Amino acid sequence: MNLREAFKNGKFVVTAEVGPPKGVDVSEFLENAELLKGRVDAVNVTDQQSAVMRLGSLAGCHLLKEKGIEPVFQMTCRDRNRIALQSDLLTAYVLGFENVLCLTGDYVTLGDHPQAKPVFDLDSVSLLQAARELEQGRDLASKELKGAPKFFLGACVTPGADPVEPQLIKMEKKVKAGAQFFQTQAIYEPRKFEAFMREANKFGVPVLVGIVLIRSAAMARFMNKNVAGIYVPDELINEMDKAENKAQKSIEIAARLINEMRSMCQGAHIMAIGLESRVPAVLDAAGL
Amino acid sequence: MIISELKPFPEVLGYLEGEGKIFIVGCKGCAEVCQTGGEPQVLEMKQKLEQEGKTITGYCVIDFLCDKALVKIRLLPHEAEIETADSLLVMTCGIGVQATAAVVNKLAHPACNTINVGGARGEWRGSERCLECGDCILDLTGGICPLTACAKGLLNGPCGGAKDGRCEVDPERECGWQLIYERLKRLGQLDKMKAMPPPKDYSKMQPPKGIRSTIMWSLEQEETKVSGIYE
Repeated sequence: MNLREAFKNGKFVVTAEVGPPKGVDVSEFLENAELLKGRVDAVNVTDQQSAVMRLGSLAGCHLLKEKGIEPVFQMTCRDRNRIALQSDLLTAYVLGFENVLCLTGDYVTLGDHPQAKPVFDLDSVSLLQAARELEQGRDLASKELKGAPKFFLGACVTPGADPVEPQLIKMEKKVKAGAQFFQTQAIYEPRKFEAFMREANKFGVPVLVGIVLIRSAAMARFMNKNVAGIYVPDELINEMDKAENKAQKSIEIAARLINEMRSMCQGAHIMAIGLESRVPAVLDAAGL
Repeated sequence: MIISELKPFPEVLGYLEGEGKIFIVGCKGCAEVCQTGGEPQVLEMKQKLEQEGKTITGYCVIDFLCDKALVKIRLLPHEAEIETADSLLVMTCGIGVQATAAVVNKLAHPACNTINVGGARGEWRGSERCLECGDCILDLTGGICPLTACAKGLLNGPCGGAKDGRCEVDPERECGWQLIYERLKRLGQLDKMKAMPPPKDYSKMQPPKGIRSTIMWSLEQEETKVSGIYE
């Protein structure tokens, strides 16, 4: 069952993500993917995550597909202009990847090549529009295509942003532009997510709540200080701090968050960021 | 207004390696305001180079080094000094260096770096910036330019990267889209944020031919053909 069908069936959809390696040794990447196989509906392959140069997302998607895992091709606007973006969309379709997550992308100075020329020719909204345009059999220059692709398009939203209204306005634009599902930035406050979903539900597009595994109290504090749109409440940090078995606690917290928020949305997107081996345990603990 | 800053002295000295006789050119325009190419800086440079054993064959501070015709005229009385020099050191922006290089038969070294001001024009620099994109969309954004106020130049609203209203690129920098949102909200115009402008036509950012080639420029071309002063 592909991702589109999973949503159609009305099940609680679960996705996870893997990051391609920096280099060509894909053994760990494949091991991580293997752990997720059969446990999730689809696996996102990140696109130069955090603006760090790595193996490409298209190659990662290809490797997943070979293993029988449904990939979600993540695409950012940071490194490609509209010519390259449209071309990679066509490439994705030809390689058999239907799911595309359209993102703006972190700025280059956040990554390991801060000297690079940032592109941002399109943004997340116009990238969605470009994909829709290609589906109509023409490109952004209104030139006719020989054969049109078909996509299942995703987008991102930050429910923990303050203020959240600009995020909601942009979310609505993404829906109009063609987004068919959303994977949110990580959120650790179920009440805040509930309030967000009251507004987001109006758009009638499925939302997967973003879950980032908390490795330690220090990691949570780091995210609070440095990662936009993420706030880990003090109670959770203290709980993590006091826990003797941190690995067990990280699993317990993630499963609890999923269960607290699962009735509010249509699925969960688990970003393990190096802790992929714990994802099956999180799903077990959450009863998924 | 073009903003320049002096290159580190060792870098300038490196350019002049193997050259003993130097003619210095300064600029009374922007470079004087930036204190990079006015008379005091030219004299200071002269002194420093002399301390390094260089001979300064002469110097000249010209009103606007970007005006090539003027540069030609003002350098005319210094023809002999330039002729005996191994090279010229030009203390101004990149335009001035190029304008000087175009009218002399010697190597013209830059003494300054021209700093990107992200589209600021005018001497009194505030936060307002214009990228001269050729297709103004300020009507949609409450009079705040998203191309310059947003680090990514996004047209459709904020990315998820801002924290406490600050940009992910530089915490000192306000999120441009946060400013646009607040302005539009205050004006009761938030609906404008829902508009979806088409992707920017970046071909409009190429200066039109009429601007690249003015009548003055055409005259210059003719003049060069007839009697190139240093050509």
